[in-house]
Amino acid sequence: MAGERLDEQAMALRAVKEFQDGMVVNLGVGIPTLCSLYVPPERDIFFHSENGIIGFGPVVTDPAEADVNLVNASIQPVKPRPGMAIVDHAESFAIIRGGRIDITVLGAIEVSEKGDLANHHLPGKPIGSLGGGMDLAFNAKKVIALMTHTTKDGRPKIVRELTQPLTVPRCVKLIITDIAVIEVTPQGLLLKELVPGWTPEEVQALTDAPLRVAEDLKVMELL
Amino acid sequence: MPVNKVVASFDEAVSDIFDGAVLLIGGFGGPGECPSYLIAAVARKNVRDLTIVANLAGWGLELAADVRERLAPVLPIPPDWYDQGLLVERGQVRKGILSFPAAPGHYLMPFERALLEGKVEVELVPQGTLAERIRAARAGIAAFYTPTGAGTFVAEGKEVREFDGRPYVLERALRGDFSLIRAHKADRYGNLVYRGSSRTFNATMAGASRITIAEVDEVVEVGELDPECVVTPGVYVDRVVVRPREPRPWHEPM
Repeated sequence: MAGERLDEQAMALRAVKEFQDGMVVNLGVGIPTLCSLYVPPERDIFFHSENGIIGFGPVVTDPAEADVNLVNASIQPVKPRPGMAIVDHAESFAIIRGGRIDITVLGAIEVSEKGDLANHHLPGKPIGSLGGGMDLAFNAKKVIALMTHTTKDGRPKIVRELTQPLTVPRCVKLIITDIAVIEVTPQGLLLKELVPGWTPEEVQALTDAPLRVAEDLKVMELL
Repeated sequence: MPVNKVVASFDEAVSDIFDGAVLLIGGFGGPGECPSYLIAAVARKNVRDLTIVANLAGWGLELAADVRERLAPVLPIPPDWYDQGLLVERGQVRKGILSFPAAPGHYLMPFERALLEGKVEVELVPQGTLAERIRAARAGIAAFYTPTGAGTFVAEGKEVREFDGRPYVLERALRGDFSLIRAHKADRYGNLVYRGSSRTFNATMAGASRITIAEVDEVVEVGELDPECVVTPGVYVDRVVVRPREPRPWHEPM
């Protein structure tokens, strides 16, 4: 019997462990935006949002604190933070294209074993939405896919070859899911961490692409 | 004769927008940065066959009401939020050049419905490429090479060239007939300052069209804006129009 799956908050908490002081981090739409809630205020992590805010605080949870003129790229109100800077959209993407984003955490529809990312076109939609994801995935120093391990109906989202439209080829370096942490390496996928209660075999059963198990395989720690 | 770019009404501000015009519409996707009253005036003018260039295709009146309800627990939305979805709903749009035409989740934006009905064309552009194509138009740059999109559908039909071992896609400048933007304060020379994250595509689109029209909260005396803090110099702005103090319905002439 496999263990519990992490909820969205716990997944975000695990992603935050990748952030180091001084890093510029961009959070994609969906679960990734939750990461801003779990960075202690004394940490100097600089969140960048496509709409041109750099160094903002966590997402606002009390509507009394919301400012319609301070929202992130998911149109969620965020708190200001001392040292914040604001630029226009072209400058915001000069920062992205210029290679100044250390980590981008993106949601994904599918990720292939080569790190190909599908994240812009939901099945059943007449068109996709690229947003800033394509620029981020092409140009950030490290792309983390933060996603549930399987679709709502239980199909694997980590696959040998994408079945969904390609957004960016060979860009994802780390996959954090609700049951595991997997590194994309030139030799394929490497299972690095397991959520408590899960075995490598159980994770493999929910993964289309083959997994190698890291020699130093760990149980995931959130704090 | 003293320069005064402030015009008296929104209807006057958009009076020369014509059928088939290319409109660069500022904002990002939320209400705070949206040039709502300029969009409302374009809706009242009822010009057709428009090409809209924007980040989102817009929620329209129906979905905006839905978004308002869903966001209420975190972000109170002003009642006078009229985005480009209004123009789509009214059948005034023929083409969208957009980065985010599909709504997140499984409901359909007005533009997606129009796409399914074959009423609109779409060009899907990565957001950074969209911003830079607009910036290039303002800056007199014909085209530029960007790494974003190489090896994907975005590069289809475009020149791809390698620089220092990395492939880059040639993208053309994107100039509009009119830029409709939202700012916080202006003076009569058209100098603009913005508020928080509402700078976004508004400042990028200023000056990227033949005519730039800015919808502002307030006009101040020349000299009141700190020149070190002016974001958009008046040289990029042709008209300034002041938002009403109290929310007004979109269909009322103003």
